[in-house]
Amino acid sequence: MSKTLFDKVWDKHVVRKIEGGPDVLFIDRHLIHEVTSPVAFLGLKSRGATVLYPNRTFATADHNTPTINQHLPVSDPLSANQLKALETNSAEYGISHWGLGHQKNGIVHVVGPEYGITQPGSTIVCGDSHTSTHGAFGAIAFGIGTSEVEMVLAAQCIMQQKPKSMRINITGSLGYGVTPKDVALFIISKLTTSGATGYFVEYAGEVFEKMSMEGRMTVCNLSIEMGARGGMIAPDQTTYEYVAGREFTPKAEAWDKAMAYWLTLKTDADAVFDKEYTFDGSSIEPMITYGTNPGMGMGISNAIPDAEQVEGGVATYEKSLNYMGFHEGDSMIGKPVDYVFVGSCTNGRIEDFRAFTSLIKGKHKADNVTAWLVPGSHIVEAQIKEEGLLDILTEAGFTLRQPGCSACLAMNDDKVPAGKYAVSTSNRNFEGRQGPGARTMLASPLVAAAAAITGKVTDPRTLLQEKELV
Amino acid sequence: MAYDKFNILTSTAVPLPIENVDTDQIIPARFLKATERVGFGDNLFRDWRYNHDNTPKADFVLNDPTYSGKILVGGKNFGSGSSREHAAWAVYDYGFRCVVSSFFADIFKNNCLNIGVLPVQVSAEFLEKIYAAIFADPSTQLEINLPEQTITLLPTGEKESFDISVYKKDNMTNGFDDIDYLQSMKTEIEEFATHLPL
Ligand code: SF4
Repeated sequence: MSKTLFDKVWDKHVVRKIEGGPDVLFIDRHLIHEVTSPVAFLGLKSRGATVLYPNRTFATADHNTPTINQHLPVSDPLSANQLKALETNSAEYGISHWGLGHQKNGIVHVVGPEYGITQPGSTIVCGDSHTSTHGAFGAIAFGIGTSEVEMVLAAQCIMQQKPKSMRINITGSLGYGVTPKDVALFIISKLTTSGATGYFVEYAGEVFEKMSMEGRMTVCNLSIEMGARGGMIAPDQTTYEYVAGREFTPKAEAWDKAMAYWLTLKTDADAVFDKEYTFDGSSIEPMITYGTNPGMGMGISNAIPDAEQVEGGVATYEKSLNYMGFHEGDSMIGKPVDYVFVGSCTNGRIEDFRAFTSLIKGKHKADNVTAWLVPGSHIVEAQIKEEGLLDILTEAGFTLRQPGCSACLAMNDDKVPAGKYAVSTSNRNFEGRQGPGARTMLASPLVAAAAAITGKVTDPRTLLQEKELV
Repeated sequence: MAYDKFNILTSTAVPLPIENVDTDQIIPARFLKATERVGFGDNLFRDWRYNHDNTPKADFVLNDPTYSGKILVGGKNFGSGSSREHAAWAVYDYGFRCVVSSFFADIFKNNCLNIGVLPVQVSAEFLEKIYAAIFADPSTQLEINLPEQTITLLPTGEKESFDISVYKKDNMTNGFDDIDYLQSMKTEIEEFATHLPL
């Protein structure tokens, strides 16, 4: 029977099928961080259980960590306590721990791929919903809850009902100034935040074939924002080149064996999906969100739609616009911006900083804007310096912070104050996500750059020529 | 973690007719710093429930003594967003054993099932009926019958059935969890691991 890419990877990992229940799925790689793991370890202890395969779990501290002065003790006692718990638990069970200050420390979904923990055809879970990022490599990767973290520690398996399948094709090519983030926000605006609930998505078509690994990670990262359990892209030459030679990727004979498996990871030509969408890449504009969920996005030059034009209740829609201080029919161009955040596992990779820098080069940060530029890892941070991007940023009045999740979920001190507007390259514009009362507009690094130098929402295409883009 | 067995629940319900209630509203990120599972119920819907100075917001339903009960009735796409199980803990620890909605986000639903909160998905029409009944009379009782997989509006007897896998149903009625099951198949898992390509 013909199979999808997803079927192939899933079926390879089913240990047992339970009649009238979920499949028992083997997990190749498990990533943990300080926020969703402590209670899992407590559970493990109270059961008297142990970690079945400590070498399949990797720990990094990211959600709670400060992004300045990381060499100093963490001042918030609760955060410090969680970081300590991660360290002690990792040590006790023999798990690799990349804590604050460790050279490999960074956002869990940025460091996983960087060190080759993320591999095509593998199953990867983490107690963070944006685990879908790793699907960019043709892996089945998804977020899990703390009980499931405990489950994976104890048995290296989780219980999952096999989701339905969806394919999203984007044909043609993207216009200038249009980035992978825009592609993702575009798709979510079409499907809504629940449009892919119950499905696992495969992204296909020329636009993804031409996309870099960083771009693919951005797209897969946002799969969860349309409700999908995860999203994946078939591995190809771009993928193999990215994974080759990294610390945890197979070497020599093991590489050949892995490659033989990876080469089978394509959806069969006659495989059928439960749902399929096709969009034309050239119709996508730079996107921005105007509401309080990632589905409330639009082309930057459009007007905020009327309640009747959008799915869902009018009351919910109005509540959302009220929170943002926006009105139906408003243009987004020219809206005030107080904060700009570039970072997170969505857009905290080198390519994002290259894009941001390409636009601000030779210009200056607007005085009314506070900008937080937060690399996703030490590798990204080092690259920013090596490639000379830091000099350009400094020249333009920007500073670089240290790696971490930062204002993506504002668990540390990087909080946008109540009522203030932020253009953010992260993934969620929920009420209070970036701090109580904070108003978030999600966008690409280019739109963030345009906002950072003009102090308001600006179409990046009005500021740069096509040839200036990286 | 052990939870109370679920069988038949008869209770009044708390209406929250808002769509896309995301996990950042159910429990804001700043309350995820605990290393133990304590106190999450106090912060359920924290920013909708309390003002910045921690005084209760009178117009939020959890602060309205008119409504109470062990069932929370939410709008479509309940629990979207983050994978934080803390959201499900907050719901459970506050005292809810069941959430009713016309649509649930995946991970939230899974998390609920893992910790003993029963997610009951009903049709949009039935959801409207429930809201209408509760708003007309807050003492309206709902019966959630897990063995029969039905939800009934007791005053009128109108009922709908809901889906749950046989396996999960078994777990919930017995208060078991997946780890108990997985630990019983350890040898099988270890044997399986030796044949993996990666
Ligand atoms: S950057 Fe945001 S979404 Fe990504 S892992 Fe951190 S908190 Fe989660």
